[in-house]
Amino acid sequence: MSADTAVSESRTAGLTARFGNWTVAIIAVTIVVLIIAAATVNNFGTSQNFGFLVLDLLPIALVALPMTLVIVTGEIDLSVASTLGLSSAVMGSLWNSNQPIETIIPICLLLGAVLGAVNGFFVTVLGLPSLAVTIGTLALYRGLAFVVLGDSAVADFPAVYTDWVTGNIAGTPIPNVLLIIVALAVVFGVVLHATPIGRAVFAVGASEQAARFAGVRPGRLKFWLYVVSGLVAGLAGVLWTLRYSSARADNGAGLELAVVAAVLLGGVSIFGGKGALPGVIAGVLLLASLQNALRLSDVSNEALNVVTGVLLIVSVLAPNLANAVRGSVQRRRHRTTNPL
Amino acid sequence: MTAAPTRADSTSSAVKLPAVVARRSTLDLVLRARELGIVLALAALVAVTAISNPRFLSSQSIRDILLGTAILAVLAVGQAVVVITRNIDLSVGSVLGLSAFTVGTLLRDNPGLPVVVALLIGAGVGGACGAVNGVLVRYGNVPALVVTLGTLYVVRGITYFWAGGQQINADELPAGFLDFGNATLLGIPYLVLIALLVLVITGVVLRNYRVGRELYAMGSSPQAARLAGISVGRRTIGAFGVSGALAGLAGVLFAARFGTIDAAAGTGYELNVVAAVVVGGVAVFGGSGSVWGAALGALLLTTIASSLAVLEINQFWQQAIVGGLILLAIGADRLVAARVAASLKKRGSHVS
Repeated sequence: MSADTAVSESRTAGLTARFGNWTVAIIAVTIVVLIIAAATVNNFGTSQNFGFLVLDLLPIALVALPMTLVIVTGEIDLSVASTLGLSSAVMGSLWNSNQPIETIIPICLLLGAVLGAVNGFFVTVLGLPSLAVTIGTLALYRGLAFVVLGDSAVADFPAVYTDWVTGNIAGTPIPNVLLIIVALAVVFGVVLHATPIGRAVFAVGASEQAARFAGVRPGRLKFWLYVVSGLVAGLAGVLWTLRYSSARADNGAGLELAVVAAVLLGGVSIFGGKGALPGVIAGVLLLASLQNALRLSDVSNEALNVVTGVLLIVSVLAPNLANAVRGSVQRRRHRTTNPL
Repeated sequence: MTAAPTRADSTSSAVKLPAVVARRSTLDLVLRARELGIVLALAALVAVTAISNPRFLSSQSIRDILLGTAILAVLAVGQAVVVITRNIDLSVGSVLGLSAFTVGTLLRDNPGLPVVVALLIGAGVGGACGAVNGVLVRYGNVPALVVTLGTLYVVRGITYFWAGGQQINADELPAGFLDFGNATLLGIPYLVLIALLVLVITGVVLRNYRVGRELYAMGSSPQAARLAGISVGRRTIGAFGVSGALAGLAGVLFAARFGTIDAAAGTGYELNVVAAVVVGGVAVFGGSGSVWGAALGALLLTTIASSLAVLEINQFWQQAIVGGLILLAIGADRLVAARVAASLKKRGSHVS
């Protein structure tokens, strides 16, 4: 087993140069899909649809950024969509009790961070498996969202805010929220790829023990990643609420699937230690534009889930299949050169 | 053989035998404590609810709880089999929906179809879905979480695609099938009898048969299990097949109980099922727990749901309680595991 991986690793460098790595591949696929969609799907290439596309991918893109770091450390956070929902429900409930929106928004962000800290506490302090913990908080946070708001909806948020979220930068077809996405993507990209924190994230994902010996404190790192994940999910909840001008307890239900799918599609290894943020951005864009194009072609929302589900499975299956094929090719080559 | 799986990695079993015996009795004690804990919690819950509202103990109310438990327990038994092998199957709710809709459509178009055939078809549909999960996990080298999260949405999407918004109503289903959902044998509903049958068979196979012990061995240490000559791949596919087949069977029970089936049937059930299994003491790390515990977990969750209704507590609390119970259960498992490990270390040093 270990000999196998050693061989394939020494080969990867050559293969990367020849075929391009997963990040390059996913970016290429995304561009091809965008071109095909623009050419074949009516209204896909319009500036109005560009605005919808960006608004649709907003929550996925935001939550996918911290999720990338969490998955690179070898953990997972399935509770993000429920955190989004609880943030939205609390926002609606506070708005109903006539709080000013300027205090509500910071409270919702803080709430998200606290919910993330709860995940982080269970995972790092108690040492419980993150999968089980975040399945538990997925149910808990969504349940609390329903406790807070029931099945009612809160609307009529101030137009200044809702208009800003759905509006464009003056005189351009570029949506305002794109600024948030780009700003956060740059921050997370720089942190992951150009700072000691990012290197610690990769080190913990590759081998927690080795990282500890190298002076990294894996527990503390993971705890703060969960806090950031919750904070960003809380922000996504606020933006979701403003975008639809509707706070509901079931806002964003099931979004964790799309986020995990986009991150894995972007080339992040579910086993941790590997991944790159540009690939994840491409993964988000690919997923969102496929869904957008299919929706324009009158495919129902539920059937769209098939596409997301298949993409999720394919994105984790493809690298393993490629490895298996590569391995068998190598073994054959090995056999022909060394006929032993 | 019965003692071997948990110690499959030991090379000199003769030397370590006392430790094995000690560990087994400690483990048994822990498991019994867990099951006893659930029974006590259940008793307390029933007592409190019944005191505040005696209607809770009416035969109709108990019947409802038992019918609800039957469906959840069948799902939980299948899930326990998968979790014991250190995997997870999140697709069970969607598989239940697909099976319920398939069987509902077949019965609507062929009213003469015997109930047994309907049960077998449901289990077959589910088993096929489960086998797909197993093959993807086994040959794709992909974590079960990711595969079954994907198939959760794929299977649900297929059901929506097929149903296209249509709904099968009770008056379209043959009377014989609906009777099966209501009829009893010696006062026990058929659905409960089927769940008990599934529970006993799976429980005995897991406890006393080679196949069952191999599943525990895989969950304790997949590598050691492979070295011990267990065909891990085939057993993995088998475990997912069983989970899928039982989810399919639960789909038929669902159709028989409710009579109304649309593409959304069973949405979100996976959370309750995972909660039942985890609360019932099946460790998410695999290798320990029993289907009896899982079934008790299902009974506890169903009872909580109906006592919330009886106590007139906001029904929306239910999901939050499910989440809280999952966290409580895995936290308790961790504490117990740490204690057991510490006491084993002490004993181990005496033995050697």
